[in-house]
Amino acid sequence: MNIHEYQAKEIIREHGVPVPPGEVATTPDEAERIARKFGGAVVVKAQVHAGGRGKAGGVKLAKSAEEAREKASQILGMQIKGLTVEKVLVTPAEEIASESYVGIVVDRASKKPVFMVSAEGGIDIEEVAATNPEAIRKLAVDPRYGLLPHQAYWLATELYDDAKQQRAAEKIMRELYASFLDAGCSLAEINPLITTPAGEVKAIDAKMNIDDNELFRKPQIEALRDESSEAPSEVLAREAGLTFIKLDGDVGCCVNGAGLAMATMDLVKYYGGDPANFLDIGGSSNPQKVVNALKIITSDPNVKVILFNIFGGITRCDDVANGIVTATKQIDIRVPIVIRLTGTNDEIAIRILEDAGFSAMTDMDAAVEKAVDLAKGEGK
Amino acid sequence: MSIFIDKSTRLVVQGITGRDGSFHTRQMMDYGTQVVAGVTPGKGGQSFEGEVPIFDTVEQAVKETGANTSVIYVPPAFAADAIFEAADAGIGFIVCITEGVPVLDMTLVRPYVIEKGARLLGPNCPGLISPGQSKVGIIPGNITRPGPVGLVSRSGTLTYEVVYKLMGAGIGTTTCVGIGGDPINGTSFIDCLAAFEADPETKAVVMIGEIGGTDEQEAARYVKENLSKPVVGFIAGQTAPPGRRMGHAGAIISGSAGTAEEKIQAFRDNGIGVAQRPVDVVGLIRDALGA
Repeated sequence: MNIHEYQAKEIIREHGVPVPPGEVATTPDEAERIARKFGGAVVVKAQVHAGGRGKAGGVKLAKSAEEAREKASQILGMQIKGLTVEKVLVTPAEEIASESYVGIVVDRASKKPVFMVSAEGGIDIEEVAATNPEAIRKLAVDPRYGLLPHQAYWLATELYDDAKQQRAAEKIMRELYASFLDAGCSLAEINPLITTPAGEVKAIDAKMNIDDNELFRKPQIEALRDESSEAPSEVLAREAGLTFIKLDGDVGCCVNGAGLAMATMDLVKYYGGDPANFLDIGGSSNPQKVVNALKIITSDPNVKVILFNIFGGITRCDDVANGIVTATKQIDIRVPIVIRLTGTNDEIAIRILEDAGFSAMTDMDAAVEKAVDLAKGEGK
Repeated sequence: MSIFIDKSTRLVVQGITGRDGSFHTRQMMDYGTQVVAGVTPGKGGQSFEGEVPIFDTVEQAVKETGANTSVIYVPPAFAADAIFEAADAGIGFIVCITEGVPVLDMTLVRPYVIEKGARLLGPNCPGLISPGQSKVGIIPGNITRPGPVGLVSRSGTLTYEVVYKLMGAGIGTTTCVGIGGDPINGTSFIDCLAAFEADPETKAVVMIGEIGGTDEQEAARYVKENLSKPVVGFIAGQTAPPGRRMGHAGAIISGSAGTAEEKIQAFRDNGIGVAQRPVDVVGLIRDALGA
């Protein structure tokens, strides 16, 4: 799960990281009022789950409250990477002497949380990683002992020469690590961590990605979820216990298991089609899950054909067949359905489907080819 | 022969009275797995269907039954502790089926298991099967048969698809291992490749990967340097968009890293034949076996 900048800032602020004040506005009026309260120049920042906000024009400086209103009206409602901006953060503009990067990720290779710091902050850190990897210093933390004081100090000395700034940064490293654990992050970053001309060290942007598997034990983090920033079909799917990702094609896919779902999408492409979605109905599926899956797939107007690919293991093919039959009674499905079922109880499933007037196939390639032909209007 | 499990495997099921645990215990027993004990706290002294004794703790189960392998079907909130408990009880091979274990838990569990000298498979995996000998986990027993191919995969149902197609062509497996789709797990591709190399019955290996991370690329280099046996591969997720988690916690393309193209290239560069479709594994394996 992604959370917004203002939410991530709130979490690190609670752990002691110096973050300038800021408030969220959903209208230009509110933005003006907040800017007036702060006085002086402010920055108006789009709150949207996409990188590259600055380049897309979603971050603007305003020298007065009136200007903040004008900038907010430009940013609110704009599209950044397909997402509509519903909220802006209004925060006092800071004078910047230097910009650094501080991040923590769960690193798959070392299997530990890894700190990354760079004195070349503020800009696209992925670009620094690609063009000048030596500029990024890394430190793996043994999670059993946590971030040791000397490690936090080493990270700080990689960023600053001034003793006072080193001490401030050392404290920020420890506080960011505590925030990372507390929120159950897979990634937490401050970019940039700035120094001001007066020598203060402050975080003026923050980003956190939360491990979805943490949410069951962190209701305070789950409460930060912003459904207005997700595709409505994905919200529906999550509530139904399905994993769904919308894509741009026209072959709706309904598969059990993530690996097989990806392989099915790839096979659609192989036979010249385009998948409309990734959808994993998961294991031990009951008929209701299949009904919900069909509701979500058919709500996409691009879908020209629906392809079921089920390899029964824990998932029983007869459950899926019953779900398809129930769903077609409940929902008006106007596109053809191609069904492939193999594995647990497949013979019963095929009988259920044939009694209801469907035909079912047993071979994955044949089913995918047929679905692609139907999507192109070439099927019989 | 086989890897990790065989006829001598003595299994304890952690979470034996739960919905998934009880269903799959029955399936494993019907297949011929020696299920010697179950564990559910508070239910010690009872039995599973009158056939398998249930204990409160893994330690008791090991002491009373000589269990040497455990399989875990407990909910995510209790999975990390179940793994710690199995390792503390001296279990040598721990298979965690549970999906949804927080990755930060795994950063603590993994070094602990290694220090105890145990092997962990999973979490979020389908387990493994050595056809004709034993199965531990949830892989259906009727989709593969004994034969010369070792198979290792990050996926569940995609693995079933491939072994089923192999069986349709008359080709069986020594052991079929699902290592799971999480970013941090106990047993890697490389661990399985090394075990297959050491197993005299395994004549060729199938490796099924997916987008996310660099495990397949490292495994490919390992194959070139260390394996005398032919290896065939498949990678799922060529059409997956970057930045989106494709079901498995580990199946995500971050930046430009972890794409299917990158992995397919690494396979090709290291002498691993790449199947374009799952069904193409059959032809490649047939060639590899020289049959």
